[in-house]
Amino acid sequence: MSGDARGGGEGASSRGSGPARGGGEGASSRGSGPARGGAEGASSRGSGPAPAAEGVARRLAQPPLQREEVKTIFEKGAPGRRAFVCPEIDVPAPPDGLELLPARLRRSEPPRLPEVSEPEIVRHYVRTSKRNFDLDSGFYPLGSCTMKHNPRLHERLAALPGNARLHPLQEPELSQGALRLMWGLQGALAEISGLPHVSLQPSAGSHGDLAGVLLSKAYHEDRGERRLKVLTPDTAHGTNPATVTMAGMEVVKLATDGQGGIDIADLEAKADEQVACLMLTNPNTLGIFDPNITRIAEIVHGVGGILYYDGANLNAIMGYSRPGDMGFDIVHFNLHKSFTQPHGGGGPGSGPIAVSERIEPYLPVPVVVRVDGEGEGRRTGRGPRGGEDGREGAATPEGGDGARFELAHERPKSIGRLRGFQGNYGTFVRAYAYICSLGAEGLKDVSEAAVLNANYLLARLRQLGVAEHLPLAYGRLCMHEFVLSGAPMRRDLQIRTLDLAKRLLDHGFHPPTVYFPLLVEEALMVEPTETETRQTLDEFAVAVAAILSEAAEDPEIATNAPYPPPVRRLDEAAAAKRPVIRQPL
Amino acid sequence: MSRYTAITDADRAAMLAAIGVGSAQELFDSQIPEQVRLRRPLDLPAGLGEQEVYEHLRSLAQRNVSCEDQLSFLGGGFYDHYVPAIVDMLCERSEFLTPYTPYQPEVSQGGLQVMFEYQTAISELTALPVSNASVYEGPSAAASAAYMARIHNRREKIVVSAGLHPHTLQSIRTYAHGFGSEVVEVPLCGEGLTGADGGPPPGAGVTDIEAWAQAIDGRTSAAIFAQPNFYGAVEDAQALAEVAHERGQGAVVVCQADPVTLGILKPPGECGVDVAVGEGQPFGGRLDYGGPSFGFFAATEALMRKMPGRIAGETVDADGRRGFVLTLQTREQHIRREKATSNICTAQALNALAGMVHLAWLGRRGIVELGELLLARADYARRRLCEIEGVSPMHTQPVVRELAVRIDADLDEVRSRCIAGGDPAGVNPGIDIERLTGRESDRGGLLVAITERRSRADIDRLAEVLAEAIAECRAVVA
Ligand SMILES: Cc1ncc(COP(=O)(O)O)c(C=O)c1O
Repeated sequence: MSGDARGGGEGASSRGSGPARGGGEGASSRGSGPARGGAEGASSRGSGPAPAAEGVARRLAQPPLQREEVKTIFEKGAPGRRAFVCPEIDVPAPPDGLELLPARLRRSEPPRLPEVSEPEIVRHYVRTSKRNFDLDSGFYPLGSCTMKHNPRLHERLAALPGNARLHPLQEPELSQGALRLMWGLQGALAEISGLPHVSLQPSAGSHGDLAGVLLSKAYHEDRGERRLKVLTPDTAHGTNPATVTMAGMEVVKLATDGQGGIDIADLEAKADEQVACLMLTNPNTLGIFDPNITRIAEIVHGVGGILYYDGANLNAIMGYSRPGDMGFDIVHFNLHKSFTQPHGGGGPGSGPIAVSERIEPYLPVPVVVRVDGEGEGRRTGRGPRGGEDGREGAATPEGGDGARFELAHERPKSIGRLRGFQGNYGTFVRAYAYICSLGAEGLKDVSEAAVLNANYLLARLRQLGVAEHLPLAYGRLCMHEFVLSGAPMRRDLQIRTLDLAKRLLDHGFHPPTVYFPLLVEEALMVEPTETETRQTLDEFAVAVAAILSEAAEDPEIATNAPYPPPVRRLDEAAAAKRPVIRQPL
Repeated sequence: MSRYTAITDADRAAMLAAIGVGSAQELFDSQIPEQVRLRRPLDLPAGLGEQEVYEHLRSLAQRNVSCEDQLSFLGGGFYDHYVPAIVDMLCERSEFLTPYTPYQPEVSQGGLQVMFEYQTAISELTALPVSNASVYEGPSAAASAAYMARIHNRREKIVVSAGLHPHTLQSIRTYAHGFGSEVVEVPLCGEGLTGADGGPPPGAGVTDIEAWAQAIDGRTSAAIFAQPNFYGAVEDAQALAEVAHERGQGAVVVCQADPVTLGILKPPGECGVDVAVGEGQPFGGRLDYGGPSFGFFAATEALMRKMPGRIAGETVDADGRRGFVLTLQTREQHIRREKATSNICTAQALNALAGMVHLAWLGRRGIVELGELLLARADYARRRLCEIEGVSPMHTQPVVRELAVRIDADLDEVRSRCIAGGDPAGVNPGIDIERLTGRESDRGGLLVAITERRSRADIDRLAEVLAEAIAECRAVVA
């Protein structure tokens, strides 16, 4: 039975507000072009894969929301139209009548910004927004991205004036609430990772990578060693090797073994005294927890190397296992993955790092320090369970009421600054609210549910016969995500993973990550996250199965997909060949 | 305890049965080796309900003294501008707030179009043809530009003006230590000197162009300066760029610009600059104790394929309809891995949207009017403050939105008296420059920022409070 045909239930309703909305628009504006034939064709081909195709056709029949041509804000408005009313110049001119700004320093022509009214701006961007698929509207199982629910409480808290209008250079005595929050977050991240010292500074995962690699470089340099090799498995995310180059170091690739972990023989062969560090995600990008992690740590430590943990996949193990206990010296967190910072269509993120004792002297400046005597000399604080002194300490991880905090800038061995100010504080508020909400038990429940949901979805796909065309690339179970290989599907059904992904759009789902990790042919990387319901997972599994059976009848339905979204497949090659990357004015 | 999961006991039983394991614990035990399992609960407090979390974090926020509570002239990269209400409303929309980076263009046309519009706006502001879709923030944007120069011309020397924001200088040094370039700092004119009248020597406050010329040579990879500089002084950007090109044949000239000034200052592209970077917070950004904001990054056509970050481009779909995609991706880490031009992945899309909406709201005329307003007020503030006994200008260069004065008294003491422990009657007069730069020649330097939210009355109030504090400090010393 098709999830689409069933119609009711949570999945269906959330789809209603997802791309289907934009779908109407796209379908209508294509007018009588060949695209409509796609959808109609799908339904008229009815006999085989009828249920799924019918569902799609039904949604396509929804009335269009808008029919106009796509125009940018620069193509709207009219000369002289405006929204902003500038405050009057309320100060006297200079007494001597001097020009405040000599002509040669002045701009001759104003920048050609839009000339639009406020209602025009609102309508433009609201309509534009509807051409996006978003997590609030539908399932978004994008592997490696942890698209979990973004609680709106966090937005409310971040917007409080005490946070939103706090200047980054405000005196520490007058920012004690912010410093206390950062201290509390540092303590919680230290406990979750099993590494005692935290810097919240890096701006995203890849910035955390850079911090980590520079830290390991600084550590070796301080010991008088020049080590430039960085071991990265072939399953690594692209940011890992790219970071290595940016840090002036050299990538040494490690092979993956038959179980999906690091090939130990290859590691043994490549681990030598020139190795600065190993960068590893665990569970890795195959969703597999490396069974040899202890051995890997031994080998790298054995040659004097550092272990760096790419924390993109931390959602799988919170409360179950800690990078610090696995032997890692440095870990980055993605607050925009595991800790609910909304992704914003491509940021903002935040990539704090936690490090071991031996790496601590090199942490970026500034660091938050506690200066009231208690916990001095530590970089993080955390009341023992039950609190340290008083009620507040009991309820939250940031220590008692009397604690006082400062920002320390003087750290002679520090790698320095990676950016301005203290980091993305707004994301710290959200992450800290999340940790306070869930507590120790709740965080563990998150990982349990994330792993359970992933394995359940994998099992449902198997039950529906999907594995025949899309087998699990490695292993039998998975952690919080899994990677399927579309190679048999491509061979037997003549559709590629990309086609499956595009056809999933017609079913109202955001597709999983595709073609990553690179070592899996036609990879499809699925991460459902803990916040999805069983019904949604069921509907997704049914949709995948329906697309496969539809493809068995007529692969072109998938290869021409998607049908309802605002546009059909886009010509990326043309875009790159002759780039048009701004509005000609 | 707030929870955002949905698994009921019945769900769990059904799910475990489908998977074929007895318990969820078994899923972990069968995959995580025994030696690395955590055998105790995390040492964190129990979770709280939504209301309790709200109350607790609100009580923390109340311990901060923000620009809501006290008149403040703090700037130095982040400014208390008025952000129109439509920015909040649009940024809170699920369709903008909750998607990932647009990997599936067919269902991400909204976000991609916003990027395209944003690129257009940044390109207009900077007068450079190519903009990316945002980088993290200001200082790291400058460091990324230094890295781009390095991979572009493969040279190993970066020349920086001492007029750059101290955080920018420090970030460049951090990055450069990694990729192995040397950093040479060029001082400002008249650093630490006094003129005949006891004030700053003429010409002080901007990059010493002779030293700049001397420092730049055929080995120079990038030459980087700020406009206006950290001390608020408007630089002769054209002269700096010309000299840098002349001396540095093939060096990349980078300008870190305050975007709010670009409505009235000659834009980097017209000054012969190759790369303009900067902090986007003044457009659509909150103060947020330092982030998130966005960094902008614009360049000449010749550098397009070396740029870091996402770039949206226009194309057509299978039916010939206009659409947008991420383009020039062969620069990027997910395709090129160790050969990528940058490691950046997640950037600042939502902040860039906020910036674009704010810029559309200001519009073509508004951006100029705002610049003129700040120019008039900053100059007035400098005149007004320098009337005070014990206050002199650090330089007499044109200022647009930020100005530097020298206080002839213990600045720490003066500042604390002004601030008065955060009492709403107090005023935060601005930044203690020496505390940020660490330069002895900056002793007593106060950096005062002006936005459209700081009226003449506010400036007069600052002058009164400052005069009183200085007088008190001097009286104590006497
Ligand atoms: C495994 C892995 N590492 C690193 C990153 C980079 O993180 P960010 O996008 O926050 O820079 C990602 C996310 O895209 C990832 O999935």
